[in-house]
Amino acid sequence: MAEELKHMISSFEADLKKLRDMIATMGGLVERAVSDATTALLTHDAALAARVIEQDPAIDAEERAIEQFAVRLLALRQPVADDLRHIIQALKVVTDLERVGDYAANIAKRSIVINQVASSFSLSGLGQMALLVQQNLKSCIDTVGEADPNKAVAVWRADQAVDDLYNTIFRELITYMMEDARSITACTHLLFIAKNLERIGDHTTNVAELTYYAITGENLPDFRPKGDFTAGFIPETAHD
Amino acid sequence: MEIASPTMPSEAALPASLRQAVNGHQSRISIRNLNFYYGETHALKNINIDFPDRQTTAMIGPSGCGKSTLLRILNRMYDLYPGQRAEGDVSLNGETNLNIIDPGINLNQLRRRVGMVFQKPTPFPKSIYENVIFGVRLHEKLNKAEMDERVEWALTRAALWNEAKDRLHSSALGLSGGQQQRLCIARSIAVRPEVLLLDEPTSALDPISTLKIEELVDELKRDFTIVIVTHNMQQAGRCADQVGFFYLGELVEVGPSSQIFTAPRERKTQEYITGRFG
Repeated sequence: MAEELKHMISSFEADLKKLRDMIATMGGLVERAVSDATTALLTHDAALAARVIEQDPAIDAEERAIEQFAVRLLALRQPVADDLRHIIQALKVVTDLERVGDYAANIAKRSIVINQVASSFSLSGLGQMALLVQQNLKSCIDTVGEADPNKAVAVWRADQAVDDLYNTIFRELITYMMEDARSITACTHLLFIAKNLERIGDHTTNVAELTYYAITGENLPDFRPKGDFTAGFIPETAHD
Repeated sequence: MEIASPTMPSEAALPASLRQAVNGHQSRISIRNLNFYYGETHALKNINIDFPDRQTTAMIGPSGCGKSTLLRILNRMYDLYPGQRAEGDVSLNGETNLNIIDPGINLNQLRRRVGMVFQKPTPFPKSIYENVIFGVRLHEKLNKAEMDERVEWALTRAALWNEAKDRLHSSALGLSGGQQQRLCIARSIAVRPEVLLLDEPTSALDPISTLKIEELVDELKRDFTIVIVTHNMQQAGRCADQVGFFYLGELVEVGPSSQIFTAPRERKTQEYITGRFG
């Protein structure tokens, strides 16, 4: 919020800043979790994966603290207009961020399993997808405290590329499994990891939508460019 | 006890002259290009606003913004001030149409159609009954039974009947502040106006009396068009269907209260209602 004027009640101004800072802190924890989970997967680092899983309760605790603080502001300050919208945004954004944290922990858990089953697949596709998801997540969290709605719109649109990558990985993994049934365990975990990354992308767009609303008071259109077509996918050999 | 008003016009009976206004409600008072001066001071600048029929409009803004001046124009209270001058069109649409600021109109008739309640309760040092029937006596010739009926109707509508029915002939000065304010509302509606103006009606009252008045406003808007000036933003949010924000003699923004308090269009409105005012 780049307000030219400060709130006349300075303690309210301080409270609103504290709320933004709390979201930034939680956002930082979540970004770190996604980044560490990805690194653990790509570098077969089970210790790092374990740390991601251990850290998840800290994210949950941050979510509860922000919720409590936001409820307190609603009750005591009776906010209106952009103050109200930013507090509502905070209440909803933390739910999305908490889910992202859960997906990161799930990626970490699956990376440990994948280490244990021998697999010779290249993880470069997943790595690329994870990188894109992390970039969008970071931009998205950075926009939460911004005054420019166009940045939120840019993040909102960027998820299309994540969906495209997900489709590619989905087809690739199906192909591996069809070629060699022994790869099914590893490929299923990799598929869930790809799905987790795709879901992180969706929650990221939710946060962007909430940020857009907080800044402008208007909702982005219901239609978002979506590219996840895997729900209707049938491998060609199934028709044989 | 629910007493139906015998003479309130039903929606269908409203004159066709009521113009289409806000959210499907017709405009009871339409203000166009209104300018108002106290001597050299340009107190209201080119105001355009509609007060929709049977809706509550709240006017908010910092002291000196012109909101109370506008309220005082609506029943020509400003005639009492020296050096005043009004220009434009303030059309009261109803029984008959008239331009409120036309110097030639009958002020008694206007003030019967547009009632007003002030910041502090202003009971006359008379009985409760006499307070309520005071204005009616000026405008109508009623017999005793009709007057009794009118007093009961007005006090019931003002949510004071149950508290006052056993002491109708005791002095109104014995009522509490909140009761006195409801008595003033009863006195205003007893002459069956079309519009009720409320100037900071709860600023001298405790929170419970305030909520009673707010509940009453909600109830009264079924029969009357209500215009309320308030400094209490939450009150505007609770009571009003429409909110107008005034600043330095201008109407900055007018819109449904839900829009004004969640997503005001004008930056100045946002700064004022969120308390970021210079």
